[in-house]
Amino acid sequence: MATFAKGVVFEGVDFDDPNSWRLEEYVKRGGYAGLRRIADEKLTQDQIIAEMKLSALRGRGGAGFPTGLKWSFMPRSFPGQKYLVCNTDEGEPGTFKDLDIIWNNPHALIEGMIIGGFTMGATVGYNYIHGEVFEAYERFEEAIEEARAAGFLGANILGCGFDFQLHAHHGYGAYICGEETALLESLEGKKGQPRFKPPFPASFGLYGKPTTINNTETYASVPYIVRNGGQKFLELGKPNNGGTKLFSISGHVNRPGNYEVPLGMPFAELLELAGGMRNGKKLKAVIPGGSSAPVLPADIMMNCTMDFDSIAKAGSMLGSGAVIVMDEDTCMVRALERLSYFYFEESCGQCTPCREGTGWLYRVIHRIEHGHGRPEDLDLLLSVGANIAGRTICALGDAAVMPVQGMLKHFRSEFEYHIENKRCLVDH
Amino acid sequence: MLSKESLAKIDRELTKYPAEQKRSALMSALRIAQLEHGWLSNDVVEAVADYLGLPPIAAMEVATFYGMFNRQPVGKFKLTVCTNLPCALSGGADAGKYLQQKLGIGYGETTADGKFTLQEGECMGACGYAPVMLFNNHTMCNHMTPEAIDKKLAELE
Ligand SMILES: Cc1cc2nc3c(=O)[nH]c(=O)nc-3n(C[C@H](O)[C@H](O)[C@H](O)COP(=O)(O)O)c2cc1C
Ligand code: FES
Repeated sequence: MATFAKGVVFEGVDFDDPNSWRLEEYVKRGGYAGLRRIADEKLTQDQIIAEMKLSALRGRGGAGFPTGLKWSFMPRSFPGQKYLVCNTDEGEPGTFKDLDIIWNNPHALIEGMIIGGFTMGATVGYNYIHGEVFEAYERFEEAIEEARAAGFLGANILGCGFDFQLHAHHGYGAYICGEETALLESLEGKKGQPRFKPPFPASFGLYGKPTTINNTETYASVPYIVRNGGQKFLELGKPNNGGTKLFSISGHVNRPGNYEVPLGMPFAELLELAGGMRNGKKLKAVIPGGSSAPVLPADIMMNCTMDFDSIAKAGSMLGSGAVIVMDEDTCMVRALERLSYFYFEESCGQCTPCREGTGWLYRVIHRIEHGHGRPEDLDLLLSVGANIAGRTICALGDAAVMPVQGMLKHFRSEFEYHIENKRCLVDH
Repeated sequence: MLSKESLAKIDRELTKYPAEQKRSALMSALRIAQLEHGWLSNDVVEAVADYLGLPPIAAMEVATFYGMFNRQPVGKFKLTVCTNLPCALSGGADAGKYLQQKLGIGYGETTADGKFTLQEGECMGACGYAPVMLFNNHTMCNHMTPEAIDKKLAELE
């Protein structure tokens, strides 16, 4: 797998050196200098939040919420325990960037979380790691031990009078636990079923205490911002889309992998970085932000830049930055069938529209793919979708509907062909 | 029901959480118990609940909600292959078919000699290495072409 890094999260990482992830190496490339800066210059919580806001860092977990703003919601003066949680439950099909972070540069995340803890007055943090990447979980535990031994975790860190403890917690095979309140339930040892919001985690989070949850890549971007200032980070990207971003590129490209590039890079350039189309085939479509993002046809995609605003304007979303590339031989019906099965399989079952609706979506797409589709099925899909979206506790329902809507918007004729001819438009 | 080693591992997990939040260690505790017994029978689930001072139903809920827990006996080697779309575009579904053929079993089945269990998995967050296969809930095997699968299976005794 290729990893192209010219940015923040992987700054200075040597992917060929098996020890590059270790604390000693991280410190050599400037690691923990952000934390030291806080200690040496006695930066205040307000100053750090101001830098975070200036940086225009937007959450890397999918929703793109401004991180500085989120941090300012934490009731810092609230007496009593507050928690910091990292979301490494990466399970959105197409996304494999957070695995690369905790595998290759775990201390960037640890340092980011310590800084977050200091800024929000949280003294305990948990990193919730996807169960399937268990070796990475083990490595992250080792990295925590290194940080503890070096005095970056524990009591009175760098003499700042600030305490912070960090622990790794693993999931065990449930996509829904990536949703932040399901994650909290799971961390409490329960089924991962999302909570109603409000109350938001900032007021009622882990064990009912104020809690901030951010994605792995979000936290791992923080040391750079504190070390170099928010302005510098902002300038790496474009206004309202600060910094670099990791794109996980999968599908029909020559070099699948993670690419850390400035936000706002033209899609065509990113595709080029990933080695272009496999076997010289033509690009047909791209899912630009993880499986939940509506698909975009090649011509629209080739005119997009890779940032939150451009992709949203094109009718999709940047989401987690997972770019799924499909060539001219891809059958869209079959592609959607597999995605719909995923949401059906992973619905937590709590809300009726999602539990039942995802089954309907899958079964109808399945019958179209297998030659039993009916002419009214496409409208049926849209109507089932309309009865799921916006009617559930969490966004998994919407996530299941958006791929269906996107496919029917841009590739409806292919579905119609399937229904009429009981076979694929493309050979596969 | 649980060995001294397993209990020691569970005790270590318990140190991560506040003393009154033992339930948080449930997921790890069940994983550790599964490691010892191969799968989670009702008795094992109950033993874990007992150890953490929880009602058995609390442990049962977790054991049945999360996909990586084995609620039935599995083979010595559990192979979970990802067939989700990003992997399928790079041979994930084909890898699954090849494994079925080679082992002579379908998804969710175990070979007659009790050696292999094959499962169809969802995205493991490793799509860039497709086709991928998770070995015994622990080790990620990347780039599982037919040749790589042959090699891996030959290694497993
Ligand atoms: C069904 C579902 C799955 C999600 N999966 C993830 C995930 O795997 N990783 C993640 O960081 N955020 C995921 N999210 C988003 C989180 O709920 C949350 O917004 C995010 O972790 C916040 O971090 P950020 O502000 O740094 O992006 C998911 C949301 C939904 C609705
Ligand atoms: S789709 Fe197979 S690991 Fe992500």
